[in-house]
Formats: sequence, C-alpha cells, structure tokens
Amino acid sequence: MKKSIYRLYTFLVYFFLYAPIIVLIVYSFNESSSRGKWGGFSLKWYAELFDNPTIMTSLKNTLLIALLSAVIATIIGTLAAIGIHKLKPFTKNFVMDITYLPVLNPDIVTGISLMLLFVFLSIPLGFVSLLLSHITFNIPYVILNVMPKLKQLNPNTYEAALDLGASPIYAYSKVILPEIAPGILTGFLFALTLSIDDFVVSFFTTGPGVSTLSITIYSMTRKGIKPEINALSALMFITVLILLFIVNYRSENSKKENIDEQNI
Amino acid sequence: MKKNKSFCAYPYYVWMITFIVIPLLLVLWYALFKSENDSIVFTTEYIKRFFEPIYIQVFLRSIVLAVISTAICLVIGYPLAYILAGKTFKHKNMLMFLVIVPMWMNFLLRTYAWLTILEKNGILNQILRFLNLPTQNILYTNYAVILGMVYNYLPFMVLPLYTVLSKMDINLINAAEDLGANKLTVFKKVVFPLSLPGVVSGITMTFMPAVTTFVISKLLGGGQTTLIGDLIENQFKVANDWNFGSALSLILMVIILLSMRVMTKYEQENEGGGLF
Repeated sequence: MKKSIYRLYTFLVYFFLYAPIIVLIVYSFNESSSRGKWGGFSLKWYAELFDNPTIMTSLKNTLLIALLSAVIATIIGTLAAIGIHKLKPFTKNFVMDITYLPVLNPDIVTGISLMLLFVFLSIPLGFVSLLLSHITFNIPYVILNVMPKLKQLNPNTYEAALDLGASPIYAYSKVILPEIAPGILTGFLFALTLSIDDFVVSFFTTGPGVSTLSITIYSMTRKGIKPEINALSALMFITVLILLFIVNYRSENSKKENIDEQNI
Repeated sequence: MKKNKSFCAYPYYVWMITFIVIPLLLVLWYALFKSENDSIVFTTEYIKRFFEPIYIQVFLRSIVLAVISTAICLVIGYPLAYILAGKTFKHKNMLMFLVIVPMWMNFLLRTYAWLTILEKNGILNQILRFLNLPTQNILYTNYAVILGMVYNYLPFMVLPLYTVLSKMDINLINAAEDLGANKLTVFKKVVFPLSLPGVVSGITMTFMPAVTTFVISKLLGGGQTTLIGDLIENQFKVANDWNFGSALSLILMVIILLSMRVMTKYEQENEGGGLF
C-alpha cells in the first residue's frame, strides 16, 4: 500500500517534469503549423528544418561557439587550476573568490556587465563578443572540476618522476595529466552544455545578425514558434539522451572492470 | 613543489581581471557616476530611485513569487527525494538521472511548451472540457509564472536533497525506532534535522535563479507580471537608461552575494553535503 502511494507520487512528479517535453515532441509530428491544433501525423517539419536558413545558421553558431569556448576554457582553466593549486592559501582564497563570482552572480548581471565591457572597449557586439562571454562563464566550471583532482594527487609521484630523470614537462604530461584527466573531461562537458544552453548572457552580449539557437527561439516566441524548431529540439534531445546513456553505460562498465582488476 | 609552475595561471589572471573584475567595476561606475555638463559627478540618484514605491513593489513581487515557488519546490521535491533515496525503487541512479534529463532540452522551449498546455483552448482545457469540468485560464497570471518557476527549478531542489538523504546513516533511523520513536517522531527528530544542509542548498539553488529570472515572467506572465529581472532587461534593451539598469544590477548582486555568504556559512557549520 505504502509502496504504491510512493510509486504513484513519483509517477506524478515525473509526469509534470516530462509533460511539456512530450507535448513538444508530439507536436513536432503535427501536420498543421498552428499550435494546439492537431492536423495529422507528418514528418514535413523534419524535412523543412534543413531548408530553413535562420535555424541552420543559429544551429551552426551555437555548436561553433560551444565547441570553441569549451576548448579554450578547458585549456585556460586547466592551466589556471594547476597554477592556483600552487598558490599560498591567502592568495589562493582571493583568486578563488573572484573565480566563484560568475558562478554565484545572477546570469543577468554577468550578461550586462560583459555588455558594458564590450561597449567600453568598443568591441562590436557579435560573434567575437559572444565567444569571449561564453569562455568567461565556462572557465570557472573547468577550474572547479580540475581543482579537486589536483588536491587528491600524491605529490610524491611527480617528485619521483623528476628524480628518475624526467624533465618537468615530461613528468607533467606522463604523471599529473593522466591523473587529472577525468576532471578536465568533466569540466569540458560542463562547459559544452552550459554554452549550448545559455540564453541570458548571450542575449545581452550578441549584436544584430548573430544568433544562437536560444536567441532565435526567444525572438520566435513573440511571433509564434516555428514547428521546425520543435523538430530540431526533438532531434537534439534524442541525441543527447542517447549520448548520456552511452556515457552512463560505459562508466558503469568501467567501474565493473576496475573492480575485476582489483580482485585479480 | 616547484615554484615555476605558478606561471601557468597567468593567462587566466589576465582573463579574470579583464572579463570578471573590470566589467563589475563598470557596473559600479554606471550605477554611481553620471556625466553632467561634460564633467563626471558622483551621484546616488540611481540607487535612490530603486526605493521609489513603484520599483520597490516590483522587487517585493519578485521576492514573493520566488519564495512561493521555492516553498512549492521544497514541498514537492522533499517527498520525491525521500522516496528515491529509500527502498521503493531498484534503479535509483537511473531515476535520479531522469530528474536532470529535462534540463538538456532548451529551457525556453520547455517553458514555451507550457503555453500549448495552458492556453484557452490548450491541452489542459480540452481535457477539462472533455471531463465536463470548468475550464481554467491561468496563462498570463502570477500562477502561470509560479508554475514556470517550479517546473524549471524543481531539479535543483531534488538534487541536493537526494544527495543528503541517500548518504544518511540508516542505523540512526533504526536506533530511533528501537528506542520507541514512531515514524513521525523519527522524521521530525532524526531525518529532517540531518537533511537540513540539503534543504538549505536546495533553497539557495532554487530561490536565486527564480528571483532574477526575466524569461519565465515574459513567456508565461505575458508582460502582466514585471519582475526585477524584467526591469533590468528593460533598462538596457528598451529604456536605454544604463545608469539605472546598473544600479538595479548592483543592488541585486549585493543582495544575492550576501545571502549566498550567509547560506554557505550556515552550510559549512553543518558540514553540508550539497552540490558545492
């Protein structure tokens, strides 16, 4: 009895969480272009999606900015974490406090402060300003993911490599880097998703003519969302879902392998 | 270890100063200085304007809506986290994963989808009509805004609660029961107090984005509900009053960072087990 109440409750909450997503995906197969009217099953929006230049350009911008900003943020952030890790506690706390600012600050404040900067430096608002902003809010997440891995490191292994004649750079790439690699990867994935999902910061730092998907969707909400967008988001959602399941499955498997190795 | 490694962080320091510190100083500058007859003068005019009744009202409305939605998130989220952390389901991690999955779909679209459900001839009303029940018009009201906030931020509440509850020592609960406490007492005296760090970080993570949003109020409130986020957006995109916009951002930032400070202090004292 108690169990079935628990199950019912869980089901209801999940229903609430997934209802809009189901609606979106179902309506992406709707023949009629008006929302709320069902005109029969059709795949036409999936076909028209690829002929819509606005959506295709914003998709390209979104992916390009996400990839570039994540790569650059991962490089700067990883190096920063290695450097910050070596600082004395007082300076370290000071630097980390500033690093936390973009994480804790409301997005809207980050967005307008960056906009003020670009206007102040007379950098035109557009692709470059978008990219710089995305790198800025991505870096802290890379640092926050790499730092704990550095803390767990055993400093002796690095020293041992040096004693055995490795150059510092060689020792770093062979000893330290493999150890902190999981943190770097998580940071990179974090950066990628944050960048793809961002709307508020992009909204304030982009200029005329350059749109990411979020911005295109936002401007469409005033005139009515094009059904092609539903099709695109259904495709993206399914892609992400499959990727996540693969990652999850692989990490479960590697956990098992690790246990096996330990048993041997 | 070797000192020469600290140069690694130099590019980041340059980045940090250029893109974090200077932009915030610019906000401060716009909020506190204005140009008048070719000279720049210090002014508290923009900060003071915030305290005019019309703006204070907007601010209070933002707080009230955010508090209500945070409370609803807690009331819905706590039982869910409790059930998921318990023995009802086998694949707990998978279920927890499913709570986060919706966040991978663009949040504007997810919020917009509620229009299709809530509008006059939307899915909800079609179902109600089919059941011969009175139709509801909640779109473009405060209720719709609250619903949007609860919908968007519920995962932020469930996540830290689940983390705390699933780590809880089952022996403490067993001990309390052995000593004769009934279920309600066990919850009141053992489970809930131990889960407080999760509650605090859940509240923080739900309240902060809810109080600063301008998208949810625009989409689901239809411009009927102005929140502090809308007000700031309006100063920069429509009214072009950057000074007042910066003053509002400054006030918002100070309030958020101060309350964060208080919350994290509280959490550290309780050896929190949240996300941060």
